[in-house]
Amino acid sequence: MLEVLFFSLIVVAGTGGELCVSRAMKQLGEVHHFHPAALIKVFLRALRVKWLWIGVGLMTVGFFSLLAILSFENVSFVVPVTALGYVAGALGGRFFLGERVNWRRWAGILLVCVGVTLVVIGKG
Amino acid sequence: MRESPFDMRDDCGPSVTMTSHKRLQFKTYLLILVMIVAGPMGNLMLSKGMKNIGKITTKISSPSELGSVLARVLSSGTIWLGIASLLTFFVAYMLVLSWADYSFVQPASAMAYAVVALLATVLLGEVVSPLRWAGIAVICLGVFVVGHTSPRTTENP
Repeated sequence: MLEVLFFSLIVVAGTGGELCVSRAMKQLGEVHHFHPAALIKVFLRALRVKWLWIGVGLMTVGFFSLLAILSFENVSFVVPVTALGYVAGALGGRFFLGERVNWRRWAGILLVCVGVTLVVIGKG
Repeated sequence: MRESPFDMRDDCGPSVTMTSHKRLQFKTYLLILVMIVAGPMGNLMLSKGMKNIGKITTKISSPSELGSVLARVLSSGTIWLGIASLLTFFVAYMLVLSWADYSFVQPASAMAYAVVALLATVLLGEVVSPLRWAGIAVICLGVFVVGHTSPRTTENP
């Protein structure tokens, strides 16, 4: 049962956090310059965006849940199962960020779900 | 001199001849490459560090024990190396999310799932069953399908 709780936290908090970070970075705009000084400037600007902090908070919850489950499960099992975040990610991308998710993307995401199911069955 | 909106250096030089679409693709795939190496290595190191500490659910039965386990987690060099590797992943991820759709980048980064399993068998000696390999292969197939969609839909040029 604890596994289910930890996996839920990894998927929901982790994906929710990433959606918030994506929203924050879109607010900043596309990054054009990649030299260190420019990257530091982008980083400092990012720290002022509210969505970034909400995202980082949620991702922290997801991170400690990942550490907890890694203390007793194999990483080659845990990490593929966290791919369940794809469903949440596509739904969030569609409804929270207003991205258009076409049928091809949905098909890919469906395949990922089938893969995760096989990974879980393959454990026993 | 016209200024290219996609120059990665101040002296853009011959690369100006690249179309903006190609530059956008190049930037995107380069950063995704960084992501699929740094991410899995980070997870492997976290796993190794946490296995050294032991199953936390049997170790924590009171708040004071939570503190001592947390102290052990935060004083593990392996875990900090893992965190550094994941931070590298995170920075690459943040950069790529500043122009590419989230629902494009997240599945593209799923190549990392195959890399994790591969490195876990080689470096940590984990046993991956054929069915789990099949599952991971299907995940990668899903990634391939998703990777052939446009990187950006919210603001089409």
